[in-house]
Amino acid sequence: MTLFQPNSAFEPLLRVDRLSLALGSGPSRTPLLDEVSFDIQSGEVLAVMGESGAGKSMTALAIMGILSPGIRITNGRISYRGEDLLNLSPDRRRGLRGPEMAMVHQDAPTALNPVYSVGWQIAEVFKVHKGMSSADAWRNAVALMMRVGLPNAAARAKDYPHQLSGGMRQRVMIAMAIALEPRLLIADEPTTALDVTVQSQIMQLLVALQEEKRMGMMLVTHDFGVVAENADRVVILYAGRVVESGTPQSILSAAAHPYSRALAACVPRMDEAAQRLPVIPGKPASLADATAGCAFAPRCPLRQQICLHERPPLREVAPGKMAACHFSEEVLADGSRAVVFKP
Amino acid sequence: MEVGQSFSSPEPDRPLIEVSDLVCHFPVRAGLLRRTVGSIQAVDKISFSVQRGEGLGVVGESGCGKSTMVNALMGLVRPTSGSFRYAGREVFDMSRAETRRWRRDVQMVFQNPFASLDPRMTVRQIVEEPLQVSGLRLAAAERRAQVLRMLEKVGLDARQADRYPHQLSGGQRQRVGIARSLILGPKVLFLDEPVSALDVSVQAQVLNLLDDLRRELGLTFVFIGHDLSVVRYVSERIAVMYLGRIVEIGPREAVFERPQHPYTRALLSAVPRLERTKAGAGERITLAGDPPNPADPPSGCRFRTRCWKASEICSRIDPVLSVGSDPGAHSVACHHPETQ
Repeated sequence: MTLFQPNSAFEPLLRVDRLSLALGSGPSRTPLLDEVSFDIQSGEVLAVMGESGAGKSMTALAIMGILSPGIRITNGRISYRGEDLLNLSPDRRRGLRGPEMAMVHQDAPTALNPVYSVGWQIAEVFKVHKGMSSADAWRNAVALMMRVGLPNAAARAKDYPHQLSGGMRQRVMIAMAIALEPRLLIADEPTTALDVTVQSQIMQLLVALQEEKRMGMMLVTHDFGVVAENADRVVILYAGRVVESGTPQSILSAAAHPYSRALAACVPRMDEAAQRLPVIPGKPASLADATAGCAFAPRCPLRQQICLHERPPLREVAPGKMAACHFSEEVLADGSRAVVFKP
Repeated sequence: MEVGQSFSSPEPDRPLIEVSDLVCHFPVRAGLLRRTVGSIQAVDKISFSVQRGEGLGVVGESGCGKSTMVNALMGLVRPTSGSFRYAGREVFDMSRAETRRWRRDVQMVFQNPFASLDPRMTVRQIVEEPLQVSGLRLAAAERRAQVLRMLEKVGLDARQADRYPHQLSGGQRQRVGIARSLILGPKVLFLDEPVSALDVSVQAQVLNLLDDLRRELGLTFVFIGHDLSVVRYVSERIAVMYLGRIVEIGPREAVFERPQHPYTRALLSAVPRLERTKAGAGERITLAGDPPNPADPPSGCRFRTRCWKASEICSRIDPVLSVGSDPGAHSVACHHPETQ
């Protein structure tokens, strides 16, 4: 089923263009996201990284059109295959969710309905969107559960979410998301609640499906290791703004923004001797505390007067690499991993 | 024993902590009469020792029993059997008065700083409380001075002393938890996932703080974690747990660079690595399925149902962790250990 014909062959699968969100209105209005822009192409994995409160999940919910009431889009555009999503009727928007774009939520225990069997919940997708009979939908649900690697799927389909382990529940979530073969898959911290051995199973499954179907995938995560192994490109958010984007390798080896550089450096690594970790002083800021200047300025060791007054624009600082820092050239020229961040 | 005096070991070379054959089974009850129909073997015959000043990291996935083990050693859960000797003294046999003195020596930092601090107490009250209940009988002014010194030590300032936990960030709350655990001047800290609830940038601050405090105060650490790179950072020795057992224990470098147990190898290869790329993810062992139910563990080796090296002997004979005369040696509970 194709709902849209692309306007142009060069149009990306998804384009988020200067997207801003705010909670509430009037004097109590709290900004959540400030002019966030990025593209996702078909067959590409884009990782969206940041610490808590950076706006990663908000961005995902805005693309899906499932923001909580009270959170408004104050600026910007989201276009899907050239079509402006924000001007669609609620019905058409709902029609997109499932066949065109789908989401794997972070917290499978709360995202699944506890009073229906998992097979029923997957089958519902086929009944609602494809008008299948209950028997057909059930057969499809069981086949899909096998596809995502659930052992003994025919029997497991009758289980309720609480009877499954965390990894199995996450597989059920993935089965529901890929049921209608969407072109865009948004995975919001799909492995954060899982153990490492299960995490590696789930990431391998997600990427195998993504490559097989040539889906565009937005992978929301805070784990640099997951990004290094699975993403084609990365966008790093800080306090609701994009601070840097580029390939995982370019950001891990030579980030152009002091925040991304420090964030990559303060992760304990397995491949070198345990040594004192470089730290970022203070705590992650939210957009609500942000001033006229750079949101990272209060924690930044390179801070100058200009950083407090003038907001650095996101600009291309090297081929394929964008950063929002007045001093990206200086940061890039400094080759070491964390020399500017003396603990 | 006098107030303020602490446990001293008669033999200086003896490990500070000696745990042997610790077992924690929880009954499973079912039916109208709540009859015991089985037991969850959360911790099953665990033995290890920790030298004075050493950091032991305990890694394992959820449900492997690492938190139950620490809770049992801290007296928060009643162990089914086993022995825990602290400085040569049997902790499980101590009288109430002795236990109270022992608690000054051994303290715990909990995982979730959002749930482990009383929301109705100020930071000052939270940190001061151990001084009031420990039987040290200090004057109020002295207690206040100690609290302020301790807050400064963990990187909080006096202005934060009168705040409530909800007014603090996650990192600050965990600093309060650390201050509370250190206020009695303990020799041993049990840390149960102390940084797993924190953001990466804040996690690094707290890890550095723990490292500094350990050096400055000469503390002995037992550090529980699921994040191998974090545990590696704070421990000289590593114990790997699977389904209630220690399957491998040894010096950090040996366990991380020359793992002998198949489970340890799988666990290490599953950790997402910064140095890997999408194109070349390198050698990777993916385990099938989930850990078995601890109420009904497999016969023989508990890992054999997911192990690619399992053979007939593994289902018959339970491999024993071969702890030799040297408590610091690298030992493994496996019939087919990796030999490199």
